[in-house]
Amino acid sequence: MKTLDPLAGPIAPGVLSKKEHELRTAFLEEIERIPGGGRLNQCIQCGTCTASCPVSHAMDITPRQVIGMFRAGAIEELLESRTIWLCASCYHCTLRCPAQIQITDLFYALKRIAIEEGIFPKRFPVHVMSETFTNNVKRYGRNYEVGLLLTYFLKTKPIGLFRQRNAGIALLRHGRIKLRPDKIKGIEQLRKIIAKAETFDLPQEKVTKEKVTAAVGYESIGR
Amino acid sequence: MDKRYTYYPGCSLHATGIAYDKSMRAVFDKLGSELAELEDWNCCGATAYMSVQKTVAFAVSARNLALAERTGDDVVAPCSACYYALKHTREGMGEDPELRAQVDEALAAGGLATDLTVAVRHPLEVLLTDIGIPQLIEAQTHSLEEFRPACYYGCQIVRPFGAVDEDPELPMSMENLFTALGARPVDYPPKVRCCGGMLVATMPEVATDLSMDLVDWAIANEANCIVTVCPLCQSNLDLINVTKGSNGKSHQIPVLYFTQLIGLAIGCTPEEVGMQHALIPPDAKAPRLRSAQDRGAPLTIAGTREG
Ligand code: SF4
Ligand code: SF4
Repeated sequence: MKTLDPLAGPIAPGVLSKKEHELRTAFLEEIERIPGGGRLNQCIQCGTCTASCPVSHAMDITPRQVIGMFRAGAIEELLESRTIWLCASCYHCTLRCPAQIQITDLFYALKRIAIEEGIFPKRFPVHVMSETFTNNVKRYGRNYEVGLLLTYFLKTKPIGLFRQRNAGIALLRHGRIKLRPDKIKGIEQLRKIIAKAETFDLPQEKVTKEKVTAAVGYESIGR
Repeated sequence: MDKRYTYYPGCSLHATGIAYDKSMRAVFDKLGSELAELEDWNCCGATAYMSVQKTVAFAVSARNLALAERTGDDVVAPCSACYYALKHTREGMGEDPELRAQVDEALAAGGLATDLTVAVRHPLEVLLTDIGIPQLIEAQTHSLEEFRPACYYGCQIVRPFGAVDEDPELPMSMENLFTALGARPVDYPPKVRCCGGMLVATMPEVATDLSMDLVDWAIANEANCIVTVCPLCQSNLDLINVTKGSNGKSHQIPVLYFTQLIGLAIGCTPEEVGMQHALIPPDAKAPRLRSAQDRGAPLTIAGTREG
């Protein structure tokens, strides 16, 4: 667990560091695209999300704190946290939030920005998994479990392969491991679709970023 | 009952979840419904994509919806993650015109289009609504009375989109179904808790803790099997059977798919429903499974034995 630096937030009330400003702008653009993303300002800090989260015990910043820290203007801290990578996408927080905040989707938005900005916690290679997964899809059109895990472990922690060997052997013995990937027939078609879609996911022009004022708290989301 | 469905198996059902694939096909076949595998389907994109590139995630998923529109039959997606991804794509594109325009443009680059007309459904809901408990009871040939399942729903079929219309905090559809078929489901409070599936490779310790807790809870409540609706949940929980816990033993329990249990009840053989793929064969823990597979077993008029 790391201790939070109280000075990492806004430099003074209502003023953000340049970096913080950019991150916040990117985040605001992302949450605008989530249905109901603007409800972020209705968080009452009740902690239901944290209490419902099966992995909050392993997080350095709890889901409730994530919302609070965003409003306090400490996005860089959020992006560096283990939290966004620990989220198991189980949607329990989202289901129970009395303010109907799409917490899980907000975490996705934070992940996307972290990847875009290249900010990852050290020795915490969850994003490698996502990348390996997406590369698999581009290559075969389907996700090939064995290839996925092998590549992931070799890239990140070869020792993990050794630790998981019992699981691998058990699955193999029971006919549950496929040794060759399937490739779909329409792979070229899929690649074209992905290539086109990727053009929409590229970071937007910096111009839009300058229009956003460096407001914090409720103001930053238009209140 | 000759309804046709478009079957979207997803990547897991071709490998670790092969038993789910076999039992799905066996059950639908037995009940006279046709499952036609979606031709040339691709990965649903799942959550791994969603966390990296949003439009791409939707576009990848939307290709499947576009392909499914060729026949127009409802899409049945047994994997909870696929169910969620396809459904999320359908709903998300319906709600957000900007996203829809972008995804349409991406699909057009591949010569496809979608008008979002096909429904995305989970087999649990299909079996409960299109076929229904009375029909299942009518088709029943074998008793499930030796089974005391802990019915585990996991995450993504109960939230954020409930596959079956019921309380997302306390679903009862599987309990009702299996009680009707003569089994005796146990009380299982963590039925909608997360198994940690997403974290298996990246955070194995956290994932193992979550799964082990689910297994221990089922054992403590005297279940003799856990019944799941998702290949990721099944693998995770099943792998606990070969993972050494703190004291080595006592974490063992058969983990089945709900379709396997239904299949046994309506007269499919254990092979037909893929029992051979379970890491712990059910008869090690539920010795009387044999009586269920024994074709000479008396026909049970289930439902009447309740209470
Ligand atoms: S449950 Fe919702 S309202 Fe409560 S702290 Fe979490 S995000 Fe805020
Ligand atoms: S979706 Fe993520 S943050 Fe929310 S409860 Fe589940 S694991 Fe926790």
